[in-house]
Amino acid sequence: MQRPIRVLVAKPGLDGHDRGAKVIARAFRDAGMEVIYTGLRQTPEQIVAAAIQEDVEVVAVSILSGAHSTLLPRIKELLKEENADDMLFVAGGVIPDDDIAFLKEKGVAAVFTPGTPTTLAVEFIREHVKR
Amino acid sequence: MKKEVEQAFRSALEQYEQQIERTTARFPERRDVFYSTSKAEVKRLYTPIDVEEIDPLEDIGLPGSYPFTRGVQPTMYRGRLWTMRMYAGFATAEESNKRYKFLLQQGQNGLSVAFDLPTQIGYDSDHVLAEGEVGKVGVAIDSLKDMETLFDGIPLDKVSTSMTINAPASILLAMYIAVAQKQGVSKDKLRGTIQNDILKEYIARGTYIFPTAPSMRLITDIFAYCSKEVPSWNTISISGYHIREAGSTATQEVGFTLANGIAYVEAALAAGLDIDSFAPRLSFFFNAHNDLLEEVAKFRAARRLWARIMKERFGAKNPKSMMMKFHTQTGGSTLTAQQTENNIVRVAIQTLAAVLGGTQSLHTNSKDEALALPTEQSVQTALRTQQIVAYESGIANTVDPLAGSYYIEAKTNQIEEEAMDYISRIDDMGGAPRAIDAGFIQREIMDAAYQYQLDIEKGDNIVVGVNKYQVKEPSPSGLLRVDLSVGDKQKEQLKALRAERDNQAVERALEKLRAVCRSDENVMPVIIEAVKTYATLGEITDVMRDVFGEYRQSVII
Amino acid sequence: MDRGKRWRERRRIAKMITAVENALPGHEQILQEIYKKTGNAYVIGITGPPGAGKSSLTDALARGYIEKGLRVGVIAIDPTSPFSGGSILGDRIRMNELSTHPQMFIRSMGTRGQLGGLSAATHSAVMILDACGADVLFIETVGVGQSEIEIVKLADTVLMVMVPGLGDDIQAMKAGIMEIGDVFAVNKKDLPGADKTKIELEAMLSFLPPKEWRPPVCMVSAMYKEGLEELEVAISEHRKFQADHGRLEQRRMRNAQEALLAILRDKMVLRVKSDDRYEELLQRMMEKTIDPYEAARQLMEGLDSCSED
Repeated sequence: MQRPIRVLVAKPGLDGHDRGAKVIARAFRDAGMEVIYTGLRQTPEQIVAAAIQEDVEVVAVSILSGAHSTLLPRIKELLKEENADDMLFVAGGVIPDDDIAFLKEKGVAAVFTPGTPTTLAVEFIREHVKR
Repeated sequence: MKKEVEQAFRSALEQYEQQIERTTARFPERRDVFYSTSKAEVKRLYTPIDVEEIDPLEDIGLPGSYPFTRGVQPTMYRGRLWTMRMYAGFATAEESNKRYKFLLQQGQNGLSVAFDLPTQIGYDSDHVLAEGEVGKVGVAIDSLKDMETLFDGIPLDKVSTSMTINAPASILLAMYIAVAQKQGVSKDKLRGTIQNDILKEYIARGTYIFPTAPSMRLITDIFAYCSKEVPSWNTISISGYHIREAGSTATQEVGFTLANGIAYVEAALAAGLDIDSFAPRLSFFFNAHNDLLEEVAKFRAARRLWARIMKERFGAKNPKSMMMKFHTQTGGSTLTAQQTENNIVRVAIQTLAAVLGGTQSLHTNSKDEALALPTEQSVQTALRTQQIVAYESGIANTVDPLAGSYYIEAKTNQIEEEAMDYISRIDDMGGAPRAIDAGFIQREIMDAAYQYQLDIEKGDNIVVGVNKYQVKEPSPSGLLRVDLSVGDKQKEQLKALRAERDNQAVERALEKLRAVCRSDENVMPVIIEAVKTYATLGEITDVMRDVFGEYRQSVII
Repeated sequence: MDRGKRWRERRRIAKMITAVENALPGHEQILQEIYKKTGNAYVIGITGPPGAGKSSLTDALARGYIEKGLRVGVIAIDPTSPFSGGSILGDRIRMNELSTHPQMFIRSMGTRGQLGGLSAATHSAVMILDACGADVLFIETVGVGQSEIEIVKLADTVLMVMVPGLGDDIQAMKAGIMEIGDVFAVNKKDLPGADKTKIELEAMLSFLPPKEWRPPVCMVSAMYKEGLEELEVAISEHRKFQADHGRLEQRRMRNAQEALLAILRDKMVLRVKSDDRYEELLQRMMEKTIDPYEAARQLMEGLDSCSED
């Protein structure tokens, strides 16, 4: 079998709406990826620990509560500390366009806002994952 | 139908079918099969034949009478319009207080409080997990002090307040009662609702704290306390809204919500309460989704099914116990981030659905909700939508106007049947809590959600502006931003609070709480005492966490 | 390098597992280096039907070992879709708080089209975690299909987790599956029917051919943290039994053989598939001009005459 891309799908913070995360997890699975789903209420530390142990190539976080400006940069910081900066870091959810530039500066490679087809996220990952 | 008429009709119908064959051979229909939003097949035509088994009295009945298909009040909106209740709250208690006063001035008649995530999950604003979340999706309430600010200048005997709070509902209700007391308003004058529906948290919303059994105990304690002390309070809002938002179909929304309702009733009965003493105060909360006609049928089916369950399964005697009163919110997940003006139209259609469906109160979403919390301007438009429907569309002037429509009645029957099917399956599993443990409910919802997404991406499901009629748009501007300083402000206030209050009194109250949690005494009185000492939400919840444990999530993808 | 130190280098461990799982260049050297250092970890295989609470129980047991100062590794295996080649690996969720604990290492793996049996990759991952410092290793599989039986060829103790309310499922469970259990746990013991499940289990076990070790049936609740000490004791008693009767040696010999065969299988299949004649022989099989045995014989000949690449 072809080597599947390993993706961590995580829900940081207290937001409990996981429909988006679960739909994207299924979409990734159907696209042949190995998805490690962390469940809700992940701290940045838990997300990064999982990313390291699972040696994923992509860290995908879903966040709808508005706490993205705090949580996403923190996750990136921790990834850097663990020398896991080469992991592709993407985000999805309710994130205003105005914040996207800031997040990209902080190392988020792409932000998928509501209405984005799952195929777009899959393609982006296939094109940008470091292999 | 009369016999001769029926003969004539059936033969006319046959001719129609033949005509259809000829017509579609030359002009095929847009699709081979038409589906409602819930993937239920929608026929080309519904006729008297589709409804011939329906008994106009037993099945449809009259408004205000069992089985309440046509509505829970005899005059419905001719007597009083539905309550226009806009969910609001963000950042600090002061700002939320201002927004409430604005909305009351604008003609809203009930308050609906949104709390931030740390509050909903029982964390104070200075908890490590609260970082970045304080005040973001609702108001931050750390203690009674914040609650007093929230309702400052709002007479609690004159408004009805709905609080969207679940796991720590007992604590927020206690605070509300304490604020009212300070205003000189006695408990029996208080009107409102707490959502208090933990089962749907496990299923679809995620703001749970404790495991199932202690959570059910807290809920039944609230039922028992309020039935004596706060008799006008709706002690639970059994919710289907979130189940629908998580991706379920319309029948699943009804089936799973009522299954949860059954679980709460059974818990209350097991705790020794008499059905007619708490059932009249149970209320529901549904979604108003896009498929207008399916939604109307859904509301009617839910009402009838619940009435039948309460009477036949639980033997309720008081008609009030059989009446399903519900609040509705237009479906947030149907709104798009693209061409947000279109959302105003979607919400208008969903408003029609809720009103034609007989809702008791309604929240309409604002156009910018796929992007952020709404601005004052967009909330105003959402409120005006309800007011225009109420005063200009005419649909509120006669009761249950769509009754008798062949499609609506056939659809109402179909939804009731399918929902009942789900309930039976859940019964076989041992009830909703067990079905949740087994992941059955979550899996059904997840499958429906995924199918919905696939249909959109295939183009089978058109979402205007998203997969059809797209335009290139500039980034939206003027969105509401909650800035991070809210968290800092709350933290400072907490420090000050802890310095000012009588910490020994707090300790004593918390110890009493711990003892009561361990016993089977009703928790409400001791929680009210605790909040009055200005023990914080987090401190009170921590005692409960200690005694009850924490819920472990299951994984169903 | 001491085992404790190796255990802390999580990124390195994780990357080694990735390398062997995907047969990346250098993976054989990795195994060569670590193989001598294996043999310290005690491997507990956990299997049972879906919904039995295996992950929660793993988490509960792991906590116990961690509190005793041991280093615990978990390999959680979930099925890969034969159609898409993808999978959703969700067992970590039950072990959330422990995932950041320095003594804990959790790795999720998909079955990746392994036709029956655990993959060579799983054997290798066990070796890596063992060599890098694990004191206890949990291998968790879904209890449907072949992998649950295969787990016995990798574990020192097989823990079968059952749950009340599965009713007829105990009767329906094939004897072969029951035979591999060394210790049985009835989880969610607070649920109605738990005692019945225990009785049915014990009855079923009594019908199996008698062995020297009589598998105990422990009543536990991972959620309410009950019965865990008894379960731990049962596991360590099994360990002691095996040590006392020389069984552990035998078992590990058999497991080593399994690892070898798994690796051989992988290599052979890879070699055969890259043979030029493979597609052609398949085509002839479809046309019925050759039978599978003849095709296999020809491909084997090809292997003999092939040189090491």
